[in-house]
Order: sequence, then C-alpha cells, then structure tokens
Amino acid sequence: MAGSVWVVVEQWQGQINDISFEALALGRELADALQVPLEAILPGPQCSTLAGQLGCADTVLCADHAALAEPIPEVHAAALADLARQRQPRVVLVPATNNVWGVSTLLGAILGAPAVNFAIDLKASDGALEARCVLYGGKLETRVRLTKEPAIIGLWPGARPADQGRSERQPAVEQVPVSVPSDVRLRLKRYIEPEAGEVDLTREDILVAVGRGIQSKDNLELAEELAQALGGEVCGSRPVVDQGWLPLSRQVGKSGLTVKPKLYLALGISGAPEHVEGMKNSALIVAVNTDPQAPIFNLAHYGVVADALELMPALAEAVRARKG
Amino acid sequence: MHFLVLMRMVPDVIEELEIAPDGKSLDREALRLIASESDDHALEEALLLKERHGGRVTVVAPEAPEVDDLLYAAAAKGADRLVRLRGVNPGLGVPALAGSCVAALQSSAGLLPADLILTGAQTIEDLDGLIAPLVAFRLGLPYIGVVTAVTEIAEGKASVIKEFQAGYRGEFEIALPAVLGVQSAEKPPRYVPVAKVRAAMKSAKIEDVEVPQPVAQSLDGIEVLSMAKPEVAGRAEMLEGSPEEVAGKICELLAERGLL
Ligand SMILES: Cc1cc2nc3c(=O)[nH]c(=O)nc-3n(C[C@H](O)[C@H](O)[C@H](O)COP(=O)(O)OP(=O)(O)OC[C@H]3O[C@@H](n4cnc5c(N)ncnc54)[C@H](O)[C@@H]3O)c2cc1C
Ligand SMILES: Nc1ncnc2c1ncn2[C@@H]1O[C@H](COP(=O)(O)O)[C@@H](O)[C@H]1O
Repeated sequence: MAGSVWVVVEQWQGQINDISFEALALGRELADALQVPLEAILPGPQCSTLAGQLGCADTVLCADHAALAEPIPEVHAAALADLARQRQPRVVLVPATNNVWGVSTLLGAILGAPAVNFAIDLKASDGALEARCVLYGGKLETRVRLTKEPAIIGLWPGARPADQGRSERQPAVEQVPVSVPSDVRLRLKRYIEPEAGEVDLTREDILVAVGRGIQSKDNLELAEELAQALGGEVCGSRPVVDQGWLPLSRQVGKSGLTVKPKLYLALGISGAPEHVEGMKNSALIVAVNTDPQAPIFNLAHYGVVADALELMPALAEAVRARKG
Repeated sequence: MHFLVLMRMVPDVIEELEIAPDGKSLDREALRLIASESDDHALEEALLLKERHGGRVTVVAPEAPEVDDLLYAAAAKGADRLVRLRGVNPGLGVPALAGSCVAALQSSAGLLPADLILTGAQTIEDLDGLIAPLVAFRLGLPYIGVVTAVTEIAEGKASVIKEFQAGYRGEFEIALPAVLGVQSAEKPPRYVPVAKVRAAMKSAKIEDVEVPQPVAQSLDGIEVLSMAKPEVAGRAEMLEGSPEEVAGKICELLAERGLL
C-alpha cells in the first residue's frame, strides 16, 4: 500500500535472521505512529514456509522469484526498486548484514532516494522521519532527518530486541510479481563452510577476547595464559584475525561468531558496531582499554582504563592464586 | 590488467573527535586523518593481483590533509600511478563523492578502463551510502562487497571470495570490468619502511585531476540535525587501581558470579 512502512526480511539458510525481527519490531512502532500498515517483504523462495513467522507485519509481500534465492546485490536491489515503484512505500528498512551488503545503497541509487547507513533507531517527528546513526566505530552518533520518500534505512543490529518482532499472529500474505534484470554479471559458484574450529566458542562460558590493542602476535600468549587460568578460550576481533594471529573460527562479530558467554573479557577492543553485534548479549562484559572514550565502555558492565598487556598477567596471577 | 584503487582519508578514531561549533559535523581542524582501513586492504589486494597477473595499479584519492603520504606510501608498496582528485567537497556526502570520482575518472585520459576497481567495503563515515556500489552503479558495472580474496582472473571474469555470516563465505564469479568492495585482503597490508616512502617521494609523481564540474547533488533528502557522543543507557562501572588491585577486583566479581 502506498505510504506503508516496509521491512525487507532476510533469510539465511532457510531461517529468518534475528535482525529481520529487530527491524520488524522497529517497523511496527513506526507504522503505528504513522498510522500506516507494516509490510514485510520476503524475497526469494520458501515464502510459504517462512511467511507465517512474520505476524508482526500486517501483510507479507512474497517476492517469490528464483533469481532472489541467491545473494546477488544488484538483483535484490532491482527487484526491491521495481516493487517500490509499484507500491510507493514511505520507508524501507533494510537489515545491514554482510549477506546482501550494498543493497540499501544500490536501492537508494536506483530510486534516487536518500539512503542512510548505520541506523539504530528511527522515529516519526513532526511528520518527517528521523534516524539515529552510529558513526566512527561507535564513537559518535548523528541524528538525521529524511526529507524525501521513500527513505531507505540500512538498519544496524540492536535497534530493538528480536523477540519484540516475533508474533504468533498469522499475517495476510500476498504474492507479488517482481522483475529482475536479465543480464546479471555476478553469480554464486558455491558456499564455503566455516573453518572447523577445534572448540565451539559459542558454547564457552568464559571468553578472553583480544583486539588490535594487544599489538603483536607474541602478546597472544598472555591472553592464552589468562584464558587457561580462567578455564576459558581466546577469541578476537577482526584485525587480529586479519593479521593472521587467530584463525577465522575465533572471530567474534558481524562476519564471525555470535557469542553469549557468562564472561566476555574484552582486551584492547574498541567496541565497533560490527564487533559488538557478536557479543553484546554476554552476561558479564569486562572491558580493558587504554582509551577512556572507547565505545566498548558504553556497553561493558565493568571497565578498566589500563594497558591490557599489564593487566593480563596480573589477572592471570590473581586467578591462579585464588584457585590455589 | 589495470587495477584501479579508490582510497580515502578518514578520521583516526583513536584520537579525540571534536564536534564543530555547528553541532552537526566533526571539527575538521582538530582531526588527524589516516587511510581508511578497508581501502588499505583494497590496495593490498590490488598489489597482490598485479604480482600474480601482471599489469598496473593506479591509486586515486580525493585531496585531503596527509593524502600525499597515503599516495607515496602506495607508490612505495608498488602502485604505478598516483592521482589526487581536486575539487571534491567532502561535506556533500558519499553519493556526491562517488559522482565526483566517476566524473573525474571518465574525464581524464588513461584512468578508465580498468579491469577491476577496488575500494574498501565500508568506511567509518559512510552515513549516506557505500562508495563501491555507487561507483559501480554510475559506471554501469557489476559489484560485490565484503570481498576477502580474488582467487582467479581469466577470460574476462574474476572469482572472488566474499564473507557472509558466522564464518560462512561464498565464491562468486563476476564479469570484468567490475567493482569490488574489499573487506580484507588475502594478506595483511604490507609494511613499508619510512626510507622507502621517502624514496618514493623523490621518484614518484602525484598527478592532479580536477573534478570536471562540481557535483550539485548534496546530501539529497538527508538533513543532518546533530552529531554527538552516543546516548547510552548506562556506562561501565570503572575499576581503578594498580593492575594487581584491578585484578583483585575482577576476581571478586567473578567469584560473586560463581565463575572462579
Ligand atoms: C562488513 C564488515 C564486517 C565486519 N565484521 C567484523 C567482525 O566479524 N568482527 C569484528 O571484530 N570486526 C568486524 N568488522 C570490523 C570492525 O568495523 C572494526 O574495525 C573492528 O571490530 C575493530 O577491532 P578492534 O577493536 O580490535 O580494533 P580497534 O578499533 O583498532 O581498537 C583497538 C583498541 O585497543 C585499544 N588499545 C590500544 N593499545 C592498548 C593496550 N595496550 N591496552 C588496552 N587497550 C589498548 C585502543 O584504545 C582501541 O580502542 C567488520 C567490518 C565490516 C565493514
Ligand atoms: N573497463 C572499464 N572500466 C571502468 N569503467 C568502464 C569500463 N568500460 C566502460 N566503463 C565506463 O562504464 C560506463 C558505461 O560504459 P558503456 O556501457 O561502455 O557505455 C561509461 O561511463 C564508461 O566510462
């Protein structure tokens, strides 16, 4: 329906991603405030099996096109643009996952519509839409007003609890035809399974997480000793993995693992949104960082402004002493 | 093969970020700029591809304080041609930046065609869009982002690895010419000693390319209202003292929760 709020639902291996439910929860609030319907757009096959989970929306628009089974950004963007031209939504919430990275930007470009990234909140204010976006690795936030419609919102994780977007209600389901480009120049050849890690970090109670702040591969030993003392495992942020200090199977965050340990000890990690999304639900987060302004302190339960290289051995020692 | 790398200077977030008096932007005077991290990876990937497939690497970067350092460092690492774009207005946002870059690339001899245009998957300032898909869109080229390797180039096509989630990746085939948003290169960006950068300053030449006409498009449809430190629900309770004292306090917290 013209003027409605759209949430683009993302599935991964036949499951709807949590962030889609987060987007639905936010979309619901916004649609209610604007007094317009909330429509969930479900691209790709498996519409019939998945639509029933989207009762938070008034209507599910099933774009059941075989070409949308694969995560090809230009195909998804073209299909969404086609649908948006037909139906004139007011706002399109697109979850910012790696899977179809770039779709919200392409959609904005095709439609000549404003597209913002890093959004963590959206509300109606004096008849206009206002988004809150996290910039500079989480160090600053900006509030922006969207003055043209449709507004394309690249939604970052954590805007609302996913559970708030789940519903037992059965939504209305509508099959919608979409056209996709015929000359696609990008093709998925194969999926590559995760490197098998020797341990399943998602089951660990205690994780000692290291970031770029540990400065060199040699210093990993300090983290390993600490993890051993605590009875936990070592994991890390992206730069540590990019440097080859830890395997990809130990990366926490957007591209890596989502973990929920009883203790997440973040050492020399700034707290960039892409890292935070993988560990924000940990029961106890203790962060050690030399920078008192590090965004990780906005999330951690306890913080220490200190050199992680000094704290790690001291803590390992104290833990060993206590354990006797 | 011609590999063209688009790079950008961005604020170094390790430094204190000051808000300008307008309350809506960064105080650019007070900023320390560094090359965007994923752009550095894009450069590294291009250099690896040149080593493997032959050809040349052109680095294009909008004018900014310290951008010459970025360009000379790229030359020291192995880039063949250095281009500084003049007349880009950094305040107009990413779509305008993409438009300016594309217009400049098209107006100046020998910058296009390129077999692959590589740039970072994202910068920390991409409020209004990612540059890689915008450049691809304007050039009518295919695009893929979050790329971590280019495994093969043959017969007008490249095979690339892209990250999905939870450690899953995908191998894609993309028709050339194409635009890649690089997340990380196959290897960490190479280190160049300062002496080599100094040598490059003497031997390499930075060309200036003027953006043909100012791209009128501003932050079209987006009005920045404010910029500030994040509103947070709560901040960490800070533990103070010597490393030994803090270690003792952390032990207490763990013991209270049955974790020790
Ligand atoms: C599409 C995409 C996907 C991504 N996926 C992921 C992902 O899965 N996981 C991930 O982590 N990131 C991911 N990122 C990258 C993310 O944006 C950040 O770049 C990354 O999380 C930063 O890692 P860091 O905190 O270790 O490094 P930095 O941000 O560089 O922080 C290092 C911190 O260490 C502190 N420090 C320095 N020295 C010391 C010391 N001696 N003691 C204590 N502290 C010290 C500094 O103050 C700083 O805060 C992704 C990015 C993109 C664009
Ligand atoms: N190999 C190439 N690399 C980068 N851009 C190109 C290349 N070939 C064509 N273009 C640009 O793509 C746009 C569309 O090209 P064409 O489809 O050939 O008209 C034009 O703006 C060209 O400058």
